[in-house]
Amino acid sequence: MKYSIAAVAAAALIVGACNAHKPENVEEPFASRYQPLPGEPTLLIDATILTGTGERLDNADVLIRDGKIVAVGEDLSGDGATVVDASGRWITPGIIDLHSHLGVYPSPGTASHSDGNEATAPVTAEVWAEHSVWPHDPGFVTALAGGVTSMQVLPGSANLIGGRSVTLKNVPGRNVQDMKFPGAPYGLKMACGENPKRVYGGKGIAPSTRMGNVAGYRSAWIAAADYRDKMAATKSWGEAPLRDLQLETLVGVLDGKILVHNHCYRGDEMSVMLDIAKEFGYKITSFHHAVEAYKVADLLAENDTCAAMWADWWGFKMEAYDGIRENAALVDDAGACAIIHSDSEEGIQRLNQETAKVIGAAARVGMDIAAERAIRWITSNPAKALGIAEMTGTLEAGKMADVVVWSGDPFSVYTRPDQVYIDGALAYDRHNDSINPVTDFTLGTSAAAGGAR
Amino acid sequence: MNRSKTLLILLALMAASGVAAETVAIVGGTVHTIGPQGTLENATIVIEDGFVVMVGKAVKVPDGARTIDASGKVVTPGLFSPIGNLGLVEVGLSAGPNDFAQRGDAFTAGFDVADAYNPRSTLIAINRIEGITRAVIAPAPGRPAYGEETGDVGHVLSGLAAVVNLGDGSNFLERRAAAMVVNLGENGSELAGGSRAGAMLTLRNALDEAIDYRDHKDDFERGARRAYRHHVADLESLQGVLSGAIPLYANVHRASDIEVLIQLVADYGLRAIINGGAEAWMLADQLAAADIPVVLAPQDILPGNFDRINARRESAAILAAAGVTITFADDQSQTHNARNITQSAGNAVAYGLSWDDALRAITLAPAEIFGVAGRVGSIEPGKEADIVIWPGDPLELTNFPEQVLIKGESISMTSRQTLLRDRYLQTDADKPPAFRK
Repeated sequence: MKYSIAAVAAAALIVGACNAHKPENVEEPFASRYQPLPGEPTLLIDATILTGTGERLDNADVLIRDGKIVAVGEDLSGDGATVVDASGRWITPGIIDLHSHLGVYPSPGTASHSDGNEATAPVTAEVWAEHSVWPHDPGFVTALAGGVTSMQVLPGSANLIGGRSVTLKNVPGRNVQDMKFPGAPYGLKMACGENPKRVYGGKGIAPSTRMGNVAGYRSAWIAAADYRDKMAATKSWGEAPLRDLQLETLVGVLDGKILVHNHCYRGDEMSVMLDIAKEFGYKITSFHHAVEAYKVADLLAENDTCAAMWADWWGFKMEAYDGIRENAALVDDAGACAIIHSDSEEGIQRLNQETAKVIGAAARVGMDIAAERAIRWITSNPAKALGIAEMTGTLEAGKMADVVVWSGDPFSVYTRPDQVYIDGALAYDRHNDSINPVTDFTLGTSAAAGGAR
Repeated sequence: MNRSKTLLILLALMAASGVAAETVAIVGGTVHTIGPQGTLENATIVIEDGFVVMVGKAVKVPDGARTIDASGKVVTPGLFSPIGNLGLVEVGLSAGPNDFAQRGDAFTAGFDVADAYNPRSTLIAINRIEGITRAVIAPAPGRPAYGEETGDVGHVLSGLAAVVNLGDGSNFLERRAAAMVVNLGENGSELAGGSRAGAMLTLRNALDEAIDYRDHKDDFERGARRAYRHHVADLESLQGVLSGAIPLYANVHRASDIEVLIQLVADYGLRAIINGGAEAWMLADQLAAADIPVVLAPQDILPGNFDRINARRESAAILAAAGVTITFADDQSQTHNARNITQSAGNAVAYGLSWDDALRAITLAPAEIFGVAGRVGSIEPGKEADIVIWPGDPLELTNFPEQVLIKGESISMTSRQTLLRDRYLQTDADKPPAFRK
C-alpha cells in the first residue's frame, strides 16, 4: 500500500502547476496500483556481483527482505531467509530498458494492435502511451526472461512531440495501472529528423523538412509558456482558461516535472535540440537512438544529457548511416551517461548481449571496459534517465530488490537469467516454469507449454 | 626509408591487392575445419593461389610462405550469410538504391538480383571484417517500404537469389540462380490478393505454365499455344526449379503452410528451402524426410503475427536433432548486420544446439544448401581459402575477427565504420573532424 500512496503524491506533484483549476482532493487519474508479488526474505550467496554502481564483488552475497535490498557484501547472515546458492553465477541489478514499445506495439503485430503513433498531427503532447498499453502483450514475459525488471514505454516517433511515456514494473497485470512504476515521473517523447518530416511531408503538411521540424518544436514551446503564464495569472485574478491536455503536459516539462526523451539520430540535430531546450528553459534528459552520439559526446557530458543507443543498428535509414559499434564506449569515455536501449520486443530480451558487443568492439581499439562499468549502461544509467535512480538501478541497501541471477557472466552469449526478482519477489525462474507468468494471449500455444522460456 | 622497409611495404601492398599468387601459412591456431579433420589444436594451414592445400598438425611450412601466427587464436572457415540484400541496398528507407524488389506488372520468377549487385557497397567491408566471406543475395517480397504505404507491391515469386563472395570485387559472383524466392503464408497472402491459398495457387499456376511451356515450346513459339499469365523470361527461370537445379526458397512460418509446401514439393518433384520457419520445429521429422533445410532466426520467439504463434527458442536444437540442415539469419537485419549471425548461433547454443553444429550452421551448412560446398564452407584441401582468425570463441559477442582471408587473400580490416570511429577517437585534435583523416 505504501507504494500507492507514494504514487499519488508523486503524480500530484507532476501536475501541481494546474491544481488551482481542478476540483480539490481528487486523485490524479490513472495512478499506479502496482502491488509487488508476494516475496520472502532471500539470501543469495557466493556470487560474482556487479552492483551497478561501478563495483564488482567476488564471492559476495545479497540479502533481500520486505522487497528491499538489505545488504550487499561478504558473509552476510540471512537470519531465517531462504538461502539461494549462487556460486559460479553472477548477480546484477534488474535490467532497465529506456526505450520500449511493449504493449503499445504488442505481439502479434496486427494493424488492430498498432497503438503507438497518434500520427494525425505533428504535436500530440496530449496523448499518453499508457492508454495504449495492452498488458497481455507476450513481450512482457519474454523480456522478463531476459532479466528486464523495469522499462519505459513510449509513443512512437511519427510526431515532433508524440505524447507522454510511462515507466512500468515488468510484472504483467490486468491493467496498465497495475504495472506503473510507483513514483516514477512521466516522460515526454519528442522526435528529431526523418520520421516526422516524412510522415507529415507525405501528407502535404508541415513539417516536411528539418527546419520545419524545428519551427514546430519552438511554436509548441511558445504556446506552452503562454499557457503556463496565463494559468499563473488566473491564480490571483480572472477566469481560468479551459484545461488543455496538450499544454498541461508541455508545461509539466517547463516546470521540470516531466522528463524529455528525445528520439534523435544525428549529432548535429542533438546540438540544435540542446539549444532549443536552452531557449525555452527545459532539460533534455536523454537522446534515444543516438546513433551519432559519439560525434557530440562532449556536448552531452556538458549538458548532463544521456545518450541511449543500440549496439549496432545502422543504415536502415539515412540518419542511421554513421552508426558504429563503439558508440556507447566513446560516450561513456567522454564522461557522458551511456545507455543501451532496445526499441525492440526481441532486442529487449538480450540487452546484456548488445552491451557485450560494445565491450568487444571497444577492446579492438584498446578501450578496456570492465563488466562492472558496462553493466551501468543497462541498469543505473537508464534508472537515472527515468528519474528512478533513488529507488532502483543498483544493488544498494534500501533500494527495491530488483535483481537478476545469471547463469554466468552476463556478457557471454551462452548466459541466461536463472532467476529474476522484482521488489524482492521471485518473478521468473528458468528452472521452475510453474511460477512463471503466461499472458492471456499466450494460453494454448507452445510458448505457454514452455516454448517461450 | 631503408630498402628492407620499402620491400616490406611493397609485399604488404601486393598481399592486400592480391597481385601475387602467394603461399600463405597460418600456424599455431586451434582450427575448426568443419570438415572430416574436425578440430585440430596447434595446426597449420597452407594456402596456395587462394586454395587450401594442406591442413594438419604435422604440416611443414613451405619455404617463402607468408606466415600468419595464429598461436592462441581460434581459426574457422569464413562465415556464410544465407539471405539478405548485401550489395543491393545502401540505406533502407527513403534513401539510395533498393534493388532487391521487382514491383508492378513486369517480371517475377525471371528477376535476377545478381545483375544489380554492387561489390563496392559500403556494407560489404563492414560485414566482411567481422567474418562474413560469402553471402546469398536474395530478392525480397517488395512490399512498400516501412512508412511508404503506397505503391506497387511485389509478387508471390520474387525471383532468383545468387551467391557472392565478399572478396576484392573481381569475380564476385559464385553462383547465379542459386534459389527461387517464393512468398507463402501471410507474406504471400498479401501479395496474392488476400489469401495464402491464392499464393499457393499462384505458385502452382506458375509451375504448371512452366511445364506446359517446356513441353510445348515449339507450339508456343509458333503462336499455337494459349497465352500464359507469366512472361517467357519467368517460365525460362522456372525450368531450373522444375529440374531440381534451383531450389524454391520459401518465406514461410506457419506449420500448416509448411505442410502444404512439403506436399507441393513432392507433387512436382522439386527441392525447397524454408526461410523463417518459426513453426518448422513442429514438422521436424517431415522436413528431415523431405530433405528441406531451414534458415532460422533462433532467437526470435515472439509471435510477430499469427503465423508464428508457436515459435520457440529450442527450434534449432529440435530441428538439428531430427536431422534437418539448419542455418541462421535474422530476418530483421540480415543485410546491414549480416555479421550478427554469430549471435544467432550463440543463442541457439544457449538453447540446446551443440557448439559444433552451431558453427557448422553458419559455415558449411549454408554452402551445402546453396550448392557451393564443393568450393567453400570448410577448411579442407582443395577448397577456396576463406578463413577467419579470432581471438577466442567466435560465437562470443565480445570477440571480433583479427584477420579475414577471402580466397586466400588477407582483406583490409578497415571499413567506413572503422574510419568514422578512428576519426572521432582523436578528441584532442585542434581542427574539426573533416580535417582529420
